[in-house]
Amino acid sequence: MTGSFVEILNSAAFHRPRLPHLPFADFRKQALDIVASGGKVVQFFGYTDGGIDKLLAVLRTDKLLVAGCDAPEVYPSFTSQCEPFHLFEREIAEQFGILPEGHPWLKMVRYHSNCRGRADVFGNDYKEDIPGNYPYYSVTGEEIHEVAVGPVHAGVIEPGHFRFNCIGERVLHLEIQLGYQHRGIETLMQKADPKRLPVIAESIAGDTTVGHGVSMAQAIEALTSVQPDAGAKMIRTIGLELERLANHIGDMGALSGDVAFLPPANYFGRIRGDFLNMTLLICGNRLGKGLVRPGGVRFSIDSEISRTLTERIKELEPQIRHVLDLLLLTPGALARFEGCGAVSHDAAGKLGLVGPAGRASGLSYDARRCFPKEYYAHLNIPQNPKSTGDVFARAKVRADEIMQSIQIIRSLLSRPIETRCVEGSNFDLAPSSFVVTVNEAWRGELSHCVLTDADGRILRYKIKDPSFHNWNGLAMSLRNTGISDFPLNNKSFNLSYCGFDL
Amino acid sequence: MFTTLKNRFEQGCRTSAYPKVPVELASRYRGLPRIVPEASAELAARCAEICPQDAIDPVRRLIDLGRCVFCGTCERISKGAFVSFTRNFELSVAEKDHLLTAGTLPDLAKHSRQHFKRLFGRSLQLRQVSAGGCNGCEVDLNVLATPFFDLARFGINFVASPRHADGIVVTGPVSRNMKQALLDTYEAVPAPKVVIAVGSCAITGGPFRGSPEITEGLDTLLPVDLFIPGCPPHPMTNLHALLKFFK
Repeated sequence: MTGSFVEILNSAAFHRPRLPHLPFADFRKQALDIVASGGKVVQFFGYTDGGIDKLLAVLRTDKLLVAGCDAPEVYPSFTSQCEPFHLFEREIAEQFGILPEGHPWLKMVRYHSNCRGRADVFGNDYKEDIPGNYPYYSVTGEEIHEVAVGPVHAGVIEPGHFRFNCIGERVLHLEIQLGYQHRGIETLMQKADPKRLPVIAESIAGDTTVGHGVSMAQAIEALTSVQPDAGAKMIRTIGLELERLANHIGDMGALSGDVAFLPPANYFGRIRGDFLNMTLLICGNRLGKGLVRPGGVRFSIDSEISRTLTERIKELEPQIRHVLDLLLLTPGALARFEGCGAVSHDAAGKLGLVGPAGRASGLSYDARRCFPKEYYAHLNIPQNPKSTGDVFARAKVRADEIMQSIQIIRSLLSRPIETRCVEGSNFDLAPSSFVVTVNEAWRGELSHCVLTDADGRILRYKIKDPSFHNWNGLAMSLRNTGISDFPLNNKSFNLSYCGFDL
Repeated sequence: MFTTLKNRFEQGCRTSAYPKVPVELASRYRGLPRIVPEASAELAARCAEICPQDAIDPVRRLIDLGRCVFCGTCERISKGAFVSFTRNFELSVAEKDHLLTAGTLPDLAKHSRQHFKRLFGRSLQLRQVSAGGCNGCEVDLNVLATPFFDLARFGINFVASPRHADGIVVTGPVSRNMKQALLDTYEAVPAPKVVIAVGSCAITGGPFRGSPEITEGLDTLLPVDLFIPGCPPHPMTNLHALLKFFK
């Protein structure tokens, strides 16, 4: 052995020459060993450095581990031995034209040509626009039929294509094919004027504006040796928790609507708006755009705003509790939730599910507790009990987290919050450096990686939205489930198309 | 049953009386910007330089609402001496060049196409197409169905099929991969039809301008009747636009 994976700290700059650079065979063996013995993949991606193509992996056990290697043109796939690498290898194949041989599910991810100008691994010609040209898994036999849905859906939602293989009403297999929202964000982050970075990062996924904003800011802060003050960390934490609340509450309403139980759907729809308006009160934008910048936050929470927020939450808290009870104690709703779309603990582990979807299947990981940044190290993030993996479990995890987030915000608002607002950030990045940030956004583990070159320019900006892990969880939940339960399962995951498509 | 009724009483009636009674937004909300014509050329240039969206023309003293994401950076660094954001959420226009403004917009109702009012004034069915954005605009369109805004009371609905629609509402910078589906949806809507561009992405490419994967302006693909700027537009901006333009 000529080296091994080493520990790195969340959001701490790392001098790139010190990154372990292993021979490919060692890199592969060690990565597989770590993940096979319970580790998970946080990031695994390709980049080009001084004309040489390289791979880099960030894995997590109870700590974060990193190592890299030179990228081979063709290599024996990791996925064939260890499932959590599945989508990461497909992404590398698409972005770099590197072939993971023996990959059991080697298909396009987002439909674009690779950055090296090599022949497309999937044989696509991107001179034409060809989304949807996809080798769907298909089931044959008498009475088998396929249902195709999307990319344009019936509601006001993002585009994606769903292909169901059914026997009667029962779904044998669902394949989800995305890429319609691909905007080329990673490339844009590398090429755009640095002053644009925060605005682009906040638009990776609008419902996770604060999550992506914070992840980007932490990376830039690490590379510029800037420390936001305690008040800024508290305000970011409040922003993250308000985002979690608005989305979880919206999801509870949507779940209710999908079992045709309309009172909670409407109440939660309205209450969700109340939380978006709290974010508006702090920063002037309902989604939190413009709140976070490298170096801190742009808006303070003065005593008047703090008082208003506290009062609003005090008024809402009993209402939320009552509506949650109304939904989760109504037999008609429970009959639809319980036992529907179960993802086993084992399957969730192999798919690498994160966030509420993972916790609903008994994967207790929460980045707020395991790799705390911002103000989370000072807070007590409870561990949700082991769960059943069905729609009910995904609803229950959200219901618990709603009440926990309310407590977190209340406790933060009871303390003095003082910060010096920032305007205009420093983008003079440390040269030859590397940083990975890990945060628990409302959908789960969100990670940004930034690599700089010898001149301090961004060499590679890699983004991983939690949905990257979780879409296959939704596909798995539909196995042997009635097709009419698809909307319910879909809402119970509520994944991001744009966060995945980048 | 008892719990259902108890919740019903606790919730009460939440629907806004808008447009009969005006709605006032929080003090930090950034709506229609106003440019101070007397500001120094140096200050104007500095604001234009720092604007992440390059939305400011410092010479003509105009701000492009189609590009602007209403972050308020210019207001902050000029301390309001060049740009200040008002709380006016009435931002929509019928012609793209009206978006280039020093702080006043033409009356939307006067620029509305009169035959649209006649055709759709009492009932307007819209099909939304999300084409490559961040889902932020969708979030604030979706809330129009919640009790506070209750869009349906005006006879306006979002429908499931383009075949049932009088027009399309497009969000996002029309990614390469979504272009064909968008054009097909437009084709599927029976004429006469309306096209509404919501958000800075749909109007100019927004934060993603410069990426080869997107289209910089929906109007380069389809004839746009109504432009609703913002990142995302506040639901009141959307509601105001729909009511003024069609009612």
